[in-house]
This record gives sequence, C-alpha cells and structure tokens, in this order.
Amino acid sequence: METDVTSIDVNAIIEVMAEDVKSHIARNKIVDPLMIGVHTGGLWVAEKLHEKLGLTKPLGEIDISFYRDDFTRIGLNPQVKPSKIPGEVEGEHIILVDDVLYTGRTIRAALNEIFDYGRPDSVTLAVLVDRGARELPLHADIIGLKLDLSPQKQVKLTGPAPLVLETNRN
Amino acid sequence: MSSSKQPASTSFKAPDSSCLQLDEQGRLRHFLTTEGLSKDVLTEIMDVAESFSTVSNQAVKKVPVLRGKTIVNLFFENSTRTRTTFELAAKRLSADVISLNIATSAAAKGESVLDTIRNLEAMHADMFVVRHSDSGAAHFIARHVAPHVSVINAGDGRHAHPTQAMLDMFTIRRVKNEFTNLKVAIIGDILHSRVARSQIHALNILGAKEVRVIAPKTLLPSDVDSLGVHVYGDLRSGLNDVDVIIMLRLQRERMGGAMLPSEHEYFECFGLTQAKLAYAKPDVTVMHPGPINRGVEMDAAVADGPNSVILQQVTNGIAIRMAVMTLTMGHNRVGG
Repeated sequence: METDVTSIDVNAIIEVMAEDVKSHIARNKIVDPLMIGVHTGGLWVAEKLHEKLGLTKPLGEIDISFYRDDFTRIGLNPQVKPSKIPGEVEGEHIILVDDVLYTGRTIRAALNEIFDYGRPDSVTLAVLVDRGARELPLHADIIGLKLDLSPQKQVKLTGPAPLVLETNRN
Repeated sequence: MSSSKQPASTSFKAPDSSCLQLDEQGRLRHFLTTEGLSKDVLTEIMDVAESFSTVSNQAVKKVPVLRGKTIVNLFFENSTRTRTTFELAAKRLSADVISLNIATSAAAKGESVLDTIRNLEAMHADMFVVRHSDSGAAHFIARHVAPHVSVINAGDGRHAHPTQAMLDMFTIRRVKNEFTNLKVAIIGDILHSRVARSQIHALNILGAKEVRVIAPKTLLPSDVDSLGVHVYGDLRSGLNDVDVIIMLRLQRERMGGAMLPSEHEYFECFGLTQAKLAYAKPDVTVMHPGPINRGVEMDAAVADGPNSVILQQVTNGIAIRMAVMTLTMGHNRVGG
C-alpha cells in the first residue's frame, strides 16, 4: 500500500528542508547564496525556503522549456515563462530548488540553462520529493521526502496556496 | 491589382488557405499570414516571445531548442533588417542557418522555385524563411514542401508580412498591456503595404477597439472597406484620440510616379511632426517598421522622441521570430 500523498503536510516538510539548507550552507562555508526555483512547483517551494532562510539576494526563477531534451518529440510547452535570474551567476553559490526529482532530466536542463548565464562556484540541489527512478547520474543534496512510487504513478505539487501533493489515480 | 513591374510568373495563386498553416490539432505548422488565425494562436506567439526576450540577458545568448535543425533564409527580394533578425533569431535558437540571396543565384540561371526547394530539401533543410515580390509565394512553397518542413513568410508581394505584424503587436502589448481599449492609426502607403494588411488582421483578431487608416486616396487599395478599418483622408481628424500610430514607409520603388504630387507635399499632409502628434493622446506610441525616410514620413524629432518605440520594435523582432520558428518546428513531433 502506497502513501496517500495528499495528506502530507508540505509546509512542515519545507520547514525541515530550511533547517537542512541552513546546516548545509554552514558546513560548506557558503556565504550569501543565490536561490533559483524551477517553474512552476519548484518556484513555490523556493519562495517559502527563501523567506524562511531570510536570504538577501533576490530569488531567481528559471523555466527549462527551451532546454528540454524532448522538444523534437513533444514540441514546445506553450505555457513557458521567462527565466529571471537577478544579478550574476558567475562565481555564485547556487541553491537550485525543484518540487519533484524523478528522472533527473529537468535538473540536467536547469544546470545547462544556469551555465549559460555564467559559471557558478557551486550548485546545491534541494527537492521537496525524491521519488527515485533516476535516468541520469544526479542526486539531491537536500531532500524533503522520499517516495517509493510505481512507475505509472505521477506525483505533482499543486499550489501556490495551499501547497498540496497529488498523484494520478490508477 | 498586380503592377506590371512584377515578375512574369503568375503561378502563385492568391493565397486563400489559412488552414494550410495549422495542423490537425490547430497548432502552427507554417506561419504565412495573420489572417484567419485565432486570438489564442496570436497570443501564444506573443507569450512565447516574452519568454525568449530574456535570453539576451544570458552570458551565452543562446538556447539549445533548435539544435541540429537547418534553417534556410530564401530571399528572392532584398532586405537587410528582416534577414538579419531572422538569422539572429535562428542562431539564438542554436539552429544552423544559411541565407540565400536567390535574386543573384540560381534563379538568375533559370532554376525554378520548386527545383531550388527540392535541392535544399535534399540538403536536409528543416525550415524555409521566404521573402518574395509575388503575393502567395510562401503559400506556394508551403504547399509543396516535405511534411517535416516548415515555411515562414518573411514578406510576399503586397499580401502579408506576418512576423513584422506580430512584432508590432508584441511591442504594443508590452507598452499598452492589452488591445481592447486601443485606437490604432496606420498612416501612409496602405496600397503597397503587406505590413499594413497583416497588422490590420492582427489588430482586429486581438480585439483592438478601433483600427484606422490615414492615407491619400491614391495610396489606398480598392478593397480597403473590406478590411475592417475606418478610413480618414486627413491627419488631424484621423489622429484624434489615438493611442498608437503606425507609420508606413513610402514604397517609392513600387510606385509608377503619378501616385504622389511630391514628397514635400506628402510630408505637409501626412508626415508626422511633433506638432501634429498633439492631435493624438498625450501618451501615444509611435511606431515605424523601417527603414524610415526621415523628413518624408516623419520628422527626426518624432522618430527619436519620447513617444517612439522604433528601436524596441527591432529588438522585439528577434524574440517574435524565435517564437514563430520554435512553435512551427515544435509541430514536427515524432509520431505526433
């Protein structure tokens, strides 16, 4: 029997993630990191983390639609939003935030996009949910929740208020 | 309608099929004209262009979305600005792009348009950006290309110049936010202007409150009443209460000679000066598709003044062309 994800308290998880990010930053002696959220669910999580951590640099947002690896198969996502990265990426410590880590392809695209803005000193990945089944050699540094889901199952974050995890029913 | 100066080939039928440019799912497959498209499609083009506009903030001003695609600019008629922005747009999408000036190449040796297309397809071209002095040329090519190839009309005769119209719509939206309260006046050589036709269709589709054309009778097409515009013969009444002014270039190269008494007189009657700008709303936006004949269509003071967005139009042209290229190429999905 799999977990009923809708009953999960997302805000409580983000609270714990904020603490984890804080100790990660301290451990790695990172000062004044630049947080970037991935549209759309990742940005909602990033907004909360950014506020809880009281980061001074404004939050960045990226939409990876132009960097996807499946354009020739599915075409362009027409809901694409502009990416906004305030200031420089060059020499920054980036905290990249997404809602669900699955195959790793979104994060691959996000890293490529970030590097087109400049060469960061480091990138830390924080995700609300790690559902496994990676197809690329990537891992998250901060994980809110690990879920073991069957491959047919999809999980997504709905929001922005309240933030609720949902799965498709099948 | 066609002037005697146009090339002899009459095989390009008057374009009718706006359905040609959409696939079964109603997505853009070619971009040939704004006429007959839905508000949703035009809005989607502008929304996607908005996302592309931030690519120029990147250190590497490129996105990989059309990597490995080959885009061929086929310019049967000269144009520097349009060809340059199409090239730049293709490069920012990471496509490989070549520009052929057909007027000085194979066509001069007698090769037909279709033979040119077949040869380029054999070189694995994925998209043709076509400019031609004959109305319907891009439609003709779109009807004959392989299924995976997209065609973008970069101006055909007096018929359409849809990417120019869309960059103008995008510029208007960025300044005024929306269309339903806007009164827009298009001034000048409506007769020869494919830009004006595409703009008028786009403005009406997007729900502009009123579209006006202001021109001397000799520079109006005979079917002007069917375009959904109000016609004014003088600048003062035509500009009254207007939010956006779109000036058109006097296409002297297409005029026989008898159409205008003189450029000086044209400027007196229809040229835009700072003084005449006062007839319109104080926050009126002034546009021109370029190249400007300063002192004929408008004063330098207006072209370079605070109401002018002429250079923004050029910048926005790159994002709009990136959007149209990506949306039409995105149609070519494997198994889709």
